[in-house]
Amino acid sequence: MQAKTVNKIATGVLYIIAGLVILILAALLGYILVNGVPHLSWHFLTAPSRAFQAGGGIGIQLFNSFYLLILTMLISFPIALGAGIYLNEYAKKNWFTTMIRTAIEILSSLPSVVVGLFGFLLIVVKLNFGFSILSGAIALTLFNLPLLTRSVEGSLNSISNLQREAGSALGLSKWETVLHVILPAALPSIVTGVVLSAGRVFGEAAALIYTAGQSAPALDFGDWNPFNMASPLNPLRPAETLAVHIWKINSEGIMPDAAAVSAGASAVLVIAVLLFNILARWLGKVIFKRLTAAR
Amino acid sequence: MDQIRESLLKTSVATKKERFGKTITMAALILIGLVVISIFYFVASKGLATFFTDKINFWDFMTGKTWNPSTNGSNGKPQVGALPMITGSFMITVLSAIVATPFAIGTAIFMTEISPKYGAKILQPVIELLVGIPSVVYGFIGLTVVVPFIRSIFGGSGFGVLSGTVVLFVMILPTVTSMTVDTLRSVPQYYRESALAIGATQWQAIYKVILRAATPGILTAIVFGMARAFGEALAVQMVVGNAAIMPQNLTSPASTLTSILTMGIGNTVMGSMQNDVLWTLALILLVMSLIFNIIIRLIGKKGELK
Repeated sequence: MQAKTVNKIATGVLYIIAGLVILILAALLGYILVNGVPHLSWHFLTAPSRAFQAGGGIGIQLFNSFYLLILTMLISFPIALGAGIYLNEYAKKNWFTTMIRTAIEILSSLPSVVVGLFGFLLIVVKLNFGFSILSGAIALTLFNLPLLTRSVEGSLNSISNLQREAGSALGLSKWETVLHVILPAALPSIVTGVVLSAGRVFGEAAALIYTAGQSAPALDFGDWNPFNMASPLNPLRPAETLAVHIWKINSEGIMPDAAAVSAGASAVLVIAVLLFNILARWLGKVIFKRLTAAR
Repeated sequence: MDQIRESLLKTSVATKKERFGKTITMAALILIGLVVISIFYFVASKGLATFFTDKINFWDFMTGKTWNPSTNGSNGKPQVGALPMITGSFMITVLSAIVATPFAIGTAIFMTEISPKYGAKILQPVIELLVGIPSVVYGFIGLTVVVPFIRSIFGGSGFGVLSGTVVLFVMILPTVTSMTVDTLRSVPQYYRESALAIGATQWQAIYKVILRAATPGILTAIVFGMARAFGEALAVQMVVGNAAIMPQNLTSPASTLTSILTMGIGNTVMGSMQNDVLWTLALILLVMSLIFNIIIRLIGKKGELK
């Protein structure tokens, strides 16, 4: 009898704990959305920010966030893909592989502020790129590489060895097998991994404060020549992203409507992460359907 | 004859492609290795300059309680005692892990053992979403909700270790929970079945069998959460108060390694002593994340033996 009473009490306690956690998480999400969504308007999403007056928007910051994300992915994806292929297809179990795996693990656990400071020291100061989108993209690449590499490796690892054997039996070299058989088969889950990591990159701020900078100069959205200073595409201009913007206006405290702007910007960030999560799964499914006969 | 011989001995196109592919993928991998090595080299060389170039005593740095790098103390040496920040970082990390652990384990058990259907359908996606929420958003919520709340209850400014703990607790909760869920799911189903078959109640099966089997994985999840809390910069910086003094109590303004680092690095000149000491703080962060890494590996190894 006693064991049954204990069982009931323990189950009750677990229900309470889970209920509390659900409550905390729901309150958190609810607070962000309820406070943020009313501030969202076309004007808020497109207007440039104002430092000393109320009524500014987040247009430039939003554009910077997306541009930085695309540049980061352009740099980090090929490297992560190569590294993932080597680790899963070629690497033998020896000291070199163990060492590299350890290095990747360490890189993934480094605090992002340390990665940002390293980017600041090497790229901004030593290589003299200044506070720029390019510096920010390289810093974010360092931050993104370990996770992306692991997700690529995981995707390749989930492909059955039968496919590799079939490739070898047809007389294909290992590289040709990887390129024409394994990669297409792994594509859906690779894409899912890439989009999920994009969500993480999109909200990162600590690594960007001292690499992409904390200022958002006015942009001329009619000028798409990447070599002009006012052009949105210029990779060498300083660019404050949305996440950095939230941090900056809250720690400076000179913007009169900082709380409203950050509430709106937080809601945008959370919605963006949500969209990335949904997009990741949806894209993975769509590509899987297109590549296979599972219609 | 010679033609056949030649074509047999010559490197084929496929082999050339193979070599090409192997080389570029290996180059990508080596690049990552080089990045890690150079991070360590640069941060260490900058961080150690405090002791070798600026001749600051290592022990004074680690145990000094006054942080004021721009002025000299009574002994004519710069006041660079990092103990307040080290204490702040450790306090916030340990406290948030202590608070988060029971919640994370309880929720994970609920999701895997008690109500798997509800857990997988509702809790799982919400937790996955929360893992991805940017840390500045947590910081902003902390600033607008947690800090005023603590101010109204305990008085003072509301900034301090307690606010930092609350923010980090909410921040690492999803991470620790989802890792614990993975661990509990990897406990073989026949463990549960055999426990129930010999007459254990569900709680006995959970407490005496499943949790025991999952201990290494749960420990890893907690250490992982602590590593994340220790390295978190902006969310903490926004609520901790950033006063580089020893924390008197949980509600007085304090500081962490990361908060002083983010505040200070833009206001000091590269290569000066004031700048070097900040790099030393970064080096401490780097070493601590290494230590967390080693702990996780040790737990993994111990778990393997069972």
